[in-house]
Amino acid sequence: MTAVEDRPAGFVDNDQKPVGYGRMLRKEDPRFIRGMGRYVDDINLPGMLHLAILRSPVAHARIISIDTRAAEAHPKVKAVVTGAILAEKGLAWMPTLSNDVQAVLATDKVRFQGQEVAFVVAEDRYAARDALELIEVEYDILDPVMDVRKALEPGAPLIRDDLEGKKDNHCFDWETGDAAATEAVFAKADVVVSEDIVYPRVHPAPMETCGCVADFERVEGKLTLWTTSQAPHAHRTVYALVSGLPEHKIRVIAPDIGGGFGNKVPIYPGYVCAIVASLVIGKPVKWTEDRSENLVSTGFARDYIMRGEIAATKDGKILAIRTNVLADHGAFNGTAAPIKYPAGFFGVFTGSYDLEAAYCKMTAVYTNKAPGGVAYACSFRITEAVYLVERIVDCLAYQLDMDPAELRLKNFIQPDQFPYTSKTGWVYDSGDYEPAMRLAMDMIGYDELRKEQAEKRAKGELMGIGISFFTEAVGAGPRKDMDILGLGMADGSELRIHPTGKAVLRVSCMSQGQGHETTYAQIVAEEIGIPPADIQVVNGDTDNTPFGLGTYGSRSTPVSGAAAALVARKVRDKAQIIASGMLEVSVADLEWDKGSFHVKGDPSKSVTIQAIAMRAHGAGDLPEGIEGGLEAQICYNPSNLTYPFGAYICVVDVDPGTAQVKVRRFVAVDDCGTRINPMIIEGQVHGGLTDGVGMALMEMISFDEDGNCLSGSLMDYLIPTALEVPEWETGYTVTPSPHHPIGAKGVGESATVGSPPCVVNAVMDALKPFKVRHADMPLTPSRVWEAMQGRTRPPI
Amino acid sequence: MQVSMTVNGAPVTEEIEGRMLLVHFLRDQLRLTGTHWGCDTSNCGTCVVWMDGEPVKSCTVLAAMAGGREVRTVEGLEQDGVLDPVQQGFMECHGLQCGFCTPGMIMTARALLDRNPDPSDGEIREAISGQICRCTGYTTIVRSVKWAAAYEAAQVTS
Repeated sequence: MTAVEDRPAGFVDNDQKPVGYGRMLRKEDPRFIRGMGRYVDDINLPGMLHLAILRSPVAHARIISIDTRAAEAHPKVKAVVTGAILAEKGLAWMPTLSNDVQAVLATDKVRFQGQEVAFVVAEDRYAARDALELIEVEYDILDPVMDVRKALEPGAPLIRDDLEGKKDNHCFDWETGDAAATEAVFAKADVVVSEDIVYPRVHPAPMETCGCVADFERVEGKLTLWTTSQAPHAHRTVYALVSGLPEHKIRVIAPDIGGGFGNKVPIYPGYVCAIVASLVIGKPVKWTEDRSENLVSTGFARDYIMRGEIAATKDGKILAIRTNVLADHGAFNGTAAPIKYPAGFFGVFTGSYDLEAAYCKMTAVYTNKAPGGVAYACSFRITEAVYLVERIVDCLAYQLDMDPAELRLKNFIQPDQFPYTSKTGWVYDSGDYEPAMRLAMDMIGYDELRKEQAEKRAKGELMGIGISFFTEAVGAGPRKDMDILGLGMADGSELRIHPTGKAVLRVSCMSQGQGHETTYAQIVAEEIGIPPADIQVVNGDTDNTPFGLGTYGSRSTPVSGAAAALVARKVRDKAQIIASGMLEVSVADLEWDKGSFHVKGDPSKSVTIQAIAMRAHGAGDLPEGIEGGLEAQICYNPSNLTYPFGAYICVVDVDPGTAQVKVRRFVAVDDCGTRINPMIIEGQVHGGLTDGVGMALMEMISFDEDGNCLSGSLMDYLIPTALEVPEWETGYTVTPSPHHPIGAKGVGESATVGSPPCVVNAVMDALKPFKVRHADMPLTPSRVWEAMQGRTRPPI
Repeated sequence: MQVSMTVNGAPVTEEIEGRMLLVHFLRDQLRLTGTHWGCDTSNCGTCVVWMDGEPVKSCTVLAAMAGGREVRTVEGLEQDGVLDPVQQGFMECHGLQCGFCTPGMIMTARALLDRNPDPSDGEIREAISGQICRCTGYTTIVRSVKWAAAYEAAQVTS
């Protein structure tokens, strides 16, 4: 069926009869390459109306009045709704995924540019937009808080006066590690390096913007919502809580999704507006945001201002890392992270190194910017953590005048230390870092490149070699520790084998392009011996899939992938009992042969899984106590996170005249444990590397001091095209997760997490002749030029 | 106003607003939803279709401007149940993930190969540089186009 490749040691039992793992073309592609994918905006229901949202043109203002009369008089307009109208129904505010509240439509104030103020429902999308122009809003402009460093100053304008007793713009404090122990280590260290490191605000900007079609059927009292959601089940529960509709009368369907990257985890006001409109008008209502709305109002990412400190011996043994973070959470705390982790998993900032101590203190504030925070393939803020540690380690290498590869190799957590408990309490499941690092160095020809660099430097040419080594913590997560709004982060899976031996697997996660229909079919195939082509994978429909928390934080394979494997094993166990009856032997006398059971010592006596399926549904007797049918359902609660890792090395050339950075080569070695479909893994890595080049060199959501978002279109928010990125070179090692049923670790965000510091480290390496130790992203020509002139400055 | 054009070989005549964009005309009026919309500013290229054989960004073409022209969309590529080699190449080489940019990429790639049957990596990258893909990182798209070029070259020689 498929080629077997990438089989890890210890997972060899199925090698003789390949069915599941290996490179396999994707099952979803035949529809996509024909233009037959079905995305939310492709849905067109009879009588469907169109919704458009009026947004605030200013960052901070009190609403004096809203005049909707002219809009209501528009012949094609069916409804105009303001915050005041929603407030009458108790719907003007909704909970965020971080237990804050966010305005659906502003009632009292607007708190960021682009905030939702009113909506129009009209017969077509053009008329809805026309009517927005007819709404008149009078604002009393207030000073905005745009500089995060000034948000807590006495006298700073108060943003969240909607919160009872709120007197300042403080959002939360958070700390991890041991402050005193870390201070003691710093005090005795030979070398201490400190650097201010900014991870600017960026945006996932999936090619498909957010949107939905809400259809309330009033006789049944049932709401169906087609929506761009990475977490349909979690969304259903929140809608039930917000709207008051009973949860069994809400069906959330995520059809094909045109990229998510975390942008489609939160619940946005537009979805709620469309639901309200359909409830009130009784017709289907479509809302599709435009690109500017997507960029200025939906889930941003990062926006951390970090002071990084590293303590080491003079020969390069890293002793401790300490960081102080100022986190900009925008106007509402819309962070989508496990509720006990307000800073996400930033606590893994100790990276891949064996330290004596570590400490982080974080202060989060409100500003007059859009809400969000956890998005853009960040693995719950591990992007920020990895950027901090990999940048500060490079700063240490600079200070010690030590090769950055050698410094890392000297400090890695060693294979015999796993499971390794970090100084901030994370239990790394498995790892073998040096082979990955050595492989990356071999693939790129590290020593040769250093020689070339030396020659070029002698000629005044600027060439840089950058390294990053990351460890992620993904697959959230154990329900005793991790929940979102009280919903435990477990995932369900249901497998039905039909009488003819064809199967349907239903999973609670939701693909946004990751190829779940293929990967999950392969997982089940590997376990139960039915070819992937005979296994249909269903996701994204809450009426037709078991409950679970969805796809983000690289959690699909670690959580739902485990669920898929375990439900298949459960079905196989039942199949074995039925087979024992068919072959008239005891269960213990049967051997599994991938796709069939045979009698031990007599392979000629065997039954296939397909024959067992027919028997399970047939008229004949089944063994005592066995029900008919061949299906099972489980809910998988992970016992720990999984810890994928990788070694990245890139080469950049910087034009000394224009300061333009060109990424010449990029080698990525990833270890995501057991590899299910290497083609899909490679694709995931390639996409993340492109994100990394984008963030390192081009992407930033910026604002002027009046609160205007300066990055509200793809002309202003630059995303790499095929001309800005090199041909990616990938390699891998395989260190299975010991606690995951198939040893897989998750890879969806590894490259987005690991690549930005690699590119920045390469540019800093190129600028070493200018004695530049650090400059902040995005390393645009103007910012690199300033660094070359000794005038580095933070981007915010 | 009334507009008439040929879409994927079939004549169509429709009543439209004068300001209607070609991308909305194709998607909302003709229900050809394979052509997508992704920005408003001609940056992303997910809306690329052909007008008289030339790739255009249909978000910046009025439907009225397509009057009398021949428009071709991704739905028109497959002929008699046989995929265009570019479509096949995207499947073979994993040139897509979420599939949203794919129709535009495929239309541009097809136009490139019609003019240059053996493009270099650089020429392929240049050709698709007016389009954005957030998933693939472009390497597999380049491979996909090269796969199609090699396939077509083999067809010619055989």
